[in-house]
Amino acid sequence: MLDQTLEVENLHLWRGEHHVLRGVQFALARGACLEVCGANGSGKTTLLRTLCGLIYPEEGRVLWNGENVRRDLRAFHAALAYLGHEPPLKSDLTARENLHYWIGIRRQLAAEELSGALARVGALAFCERQVRTLSAGQRRRVALAGIALLAVPLWLLDEPVTNLDAEGRDLVAELICEQLARGGMVVAAVHHGLPPSVRNVTRLELAA
Amino acid sequence: MSGPESHVAHALAPVATPLALGAQPAHPARSASAFEAARLALRRDLQLAFRKRSQLVQPLAFFAMVTLLFPLAISPELSRLRELAPGVLWVGALLASLLALEFLFRDDAHDGTLEQYALSGQSLTALIFAKTLAHWLLTGLPLALMAPLAALSLGVGVAAVPGIVAAVAVGSVTLSLIGSIGGALTLGIKRSGALLSLLTLPLSLPVLIFGARATQLAIHGTPFLAPLELLGALAVFAITLAPLAAAAAVRISLE
Repeated sequence: MLDQTLEVENLHLWRGEHHVLRGVQFALARGACLEVCGANGSGKTTLLRTLCGLIYPEEGRVLWNGENVRRDLRAFHAALAYLGHEPPLKSDLTARENLHYWIGIRRQLAAEELSGALARVGALAFCERQVRTLSAGQRRRVALAGIALLAVPLWLLDEPVTNLDAEGRDLVAELICEQLARGGMVVAAVHHGLPPSVRNVTRLELAA
Repeated sequence: MSGPESHVAHALAPVATPLALGAQPAHPARSASAFEAARLALRRDLQLAFRKRSQLVQPLAFFAMVTLLFPLAISPELSRLRELAPGVLWVGALLASLLALEFLFRDDAHDGTLEQYALSGQSLTALIFAKTLAHWLLTGLPLALMAPLAALSLGVGVAAVPGIVAAVAVGSVTLSLIGSIGGALTLGIKRSGALLSLLTLPLSLPVLIFGARATQLAIHGTPFLAPLELLGALAVFAITLAPLAAAAAVRISLE
């Protein structure tokens, strides 16, 4: 985990005629957080998906520890956790089963660790229920437990506080703070900005 | 991450305190092996399938209906039905497996599971292969076990049963794998059914030809090993190449 950096150089991306990313650049060091702000359609999600390598940028590059992530995409993926708009949960499995499979595919996971993470996000009470019966906020809590369980240095979060109550928003802020304190990095696309308790935040404004 | 030591440091400004390193877990999480990941992906799909059985039953019911309606439509004369049986069985099996293909990636693409697979740091090829294997276990294998029943209702003798089961079991492996490529390519398309059949049916023709031939030989009580071996060769070819192609297609579809 030493000297980890995420650098983005001059990222350009077109979607058809629409020039979505216009020379985005930033650098992120250990323990730093980047909040990506902008109106709907300004390319926040597109930027996150480009960062994690799902979308190829037309120009520019993403550097992880000084090396282009395209050279070893799998190693980069092993170091990142991505949470999109929708929590990646199966509605026919219980919350616990969902995490068991989702996290287990990436790392070895003990049952107590899983319970601990569910308790941490206040999901222990409903973790044996099928996800289809959970509210959007409850699902998001389960997804946050998953992100935390991955134990990776880089988090890419797309609107992490959507659907959450005040308590849930505090939880997101706490989890992000813990991740930063551990020397991790967070890139969060947020419409309204991150809660003020998160320190060491750089702001990146995307114009629509 | 969930250990008690990780709850402490959030009031500190992280950059000013390199000592926050101490909050790191002592033993970083060990990553899962590719085999373990594939095993879990397979188990997840099997468990999901048994939670919603209607999806599981639909292709099998279709196959049963097609093969049982033929005697009514043509003639109850057993010798004629026996002649038609290989064709009926294989066209039914081919269309049933096509029907099941729609479910292979659709839900996973919709709820973001495929995205997580692609970003898991594991081999996407291995995960896609595990998914395809689950798909075969849930459609191809049951079809192979049902085929003898359908064959008996078409007047085929019991002696032909092993040959029919073997032909459908081996042939459906290839059908599932070819289907995984088609399914992955048509992920981003809303009503992909017609396009999916257009993509996969031409590639499935060798399986149809050799499968029907093996079945025909088995029904006549003659050695059917030659077409069965060709089916096996096709299956091996598909196992080696199709998951690679399907994984690449998934990556393209996710962009």
